[in-house]
Amino acid sequence: MRQIYADNSATTKLSPVVLEKMMPYLTEVYGNPSSLYRIGGRAKEAVEAARENIARNLGAKRPSEIYFTSGGSESDNWALKGAAHALRSKGKNHIITSKFEHHAILHTCEALEKEGFEVTYLDVYENGIVHPEDVESAIKDTTAIVSIMYANNEIGTIQPIPEIGEICRRHKVLFHTDAVQAAGYVKINVEEQNIDLLSMTAHKIHGPKGCGLLYVRQGVKLENLIEGGAQERGRRAGTENVAGIVGLDAALQLAVDTMDERCAKLSVLRDRLIDELLKIERSRINGDRVKRLPNNVNMCFEGIEGESLLLKLDLNGVSASSGSACTSGSLDPSHVLLSIGLPHEIAHGSTRMTFSEDTTEEDIDYIAKIVPEIVSYLRGMSPLWEKIKLEERLGK
Amino acid sequence: MVYSEKVMDHFANPRNVGEIENADGIGEVGNSKCGDIMKMYIKVDDDTISDVKFKTFGCGAAIATSSMATELIKGKKIDDALKLTNKAVMEALDGLPPVKVHCSVLAEQAIKAAVSDYYQKKGIDPEPIVGIIPECEEGHCHI
Repeated sequence: MRQIYADNSATTKLSPVVLEKMMPYLTEVYGNPSSLYRIGGRAKEAVEAARENIARNLGAKRPSEIYFTSGGSESDNWALKGAAHALRSKGKNHIITSKFEHHAILHTCEALEKEGFEVTYLDVYENGIVHPEDVESAIKDTTAIVSIMYANNEIGTIQPIPEIGEICRRHKVLFHTDAVQAAGYVKINVEEQNIDLLSMTAHKIHGPKGCGLLYVRQGVKLENLIEGGAQERGRRAGTENVAGIVGLDAALQLAVDTMDERCAKLSVLRDRLIDELLKIERSRINGDRVKRLPNNVNMCFEGIEGESLLLKLDLNGVSASSGSACTSGSLDPSHVLLSIGLPHEIAHGSTRMTFSEDTTEEDIDYIAKIVPEIVSYLRGMSPLWEKIKLEERLGK
Repeated sequence: MVYSEKVMDHFANPRNVGEIENADGIGEVGNSKCGDIMKMYIKVDDDTISDVKFKTFGCGAAIATSSMATELIKGKKIDDALKLTNKAVMEALDGLPPVKVHCSVLAEQAIKAAVSDYYQKKGIDPEPIVGIIPECEEGHCHI
């Protein structure tokens, strides 16, 4: 049976090119970067070379603005808590974010609310995009930080980050963006786009798991994350994940080098699949069709439940993700789909497929062939579908 | 979260899917907002469930528990079918992840709802025999 990995927004396959760059640091160059002898020095050089190259690829002015972390969630937590705590003494106790951020942001906001911070959750409207003017009108004297994701992890919608950055700069408010999904698919330039803090991770772009970064513009006050050493300028102590850092750099470099061609190819595949699946009656694409990541397809099929679709896809060799939260231990449907206004019963029937450079036209054709079959099979045994059809006949 | 092989078997090859024309009893439980609806059809001869079919909108566990529940009551006396607990359905499936336990509760309720409907059609008050079937399991739904 054909095996198709269609869950690249969950994680990606490590690129052989990246692995090759990492290998020396998993084997012979095992020294601690803080040590003075040669293999320590060589590890240190690798970390600093990666920092410099990553800074260049993100459009940062200085390598010292790049802080290595364990990944996106850590970076998001640090950015929000670190900035909020550092600014509290100045009377800044207000945070602006959106309703459909990753839980690394939303749950951190909830934790900060318990500490007494006030949080404004902006609407993302039907197409899943934050309106910059809403950011501007939410800003007040007490606003410490605005955090809006660069691209949504479920529906792939790309946010107007440069516009929001410009507004925040004008109002002298810190601006953080979670670019975990956008990095490697969208041109990021922290200087031009007025970004003060940016989170990203390696494993979404064919790098290793367990390594990410937080870009912190020079001059931004941030509470230290981990005490205990001089690593990361004393703000995030702990012996560096040298191979991971080298892998993060190599993965970002590869993504930047291949971005134009890869995204063009992926957009064609994405659009083809969306067009095919929209032929299924009572189906819908979630999120803006144009302003979305080139590898993201997120659809709802009325009358069926997302997890059974996902399990059926798996039985047919396709690894996808269900937008319904059934798989994550909660029975509520996805907060992202609810945020774009879908009713519960429709939000339950969602599926997300996210592709990579390895995805072929044949893969897309295969998915376009089996999804309608599965949907029709599941609808055949669904009392909800029966009701929908009955209502249709009655002209409701 | 991982399903047992038995759950996956009943999900991939569900038994007794469909409807029964002129069924003697039809029960429907759950709601679309929660993401699970089970509809059960029974045919009754001499107080025995001679045939049973189901239709389910829901996750893998909802489909598997419906399928298993129909297998467990097919050919049984109504009294015995009413004794089927959600625990027995779960055990027959080699367990369910904690978050999916409510699916087995729905399966138990679907049977009771179908039997209630059977008695009602015969003009017998089902409540003393079947009991009250709650609209939605408390704590599992957020309506």
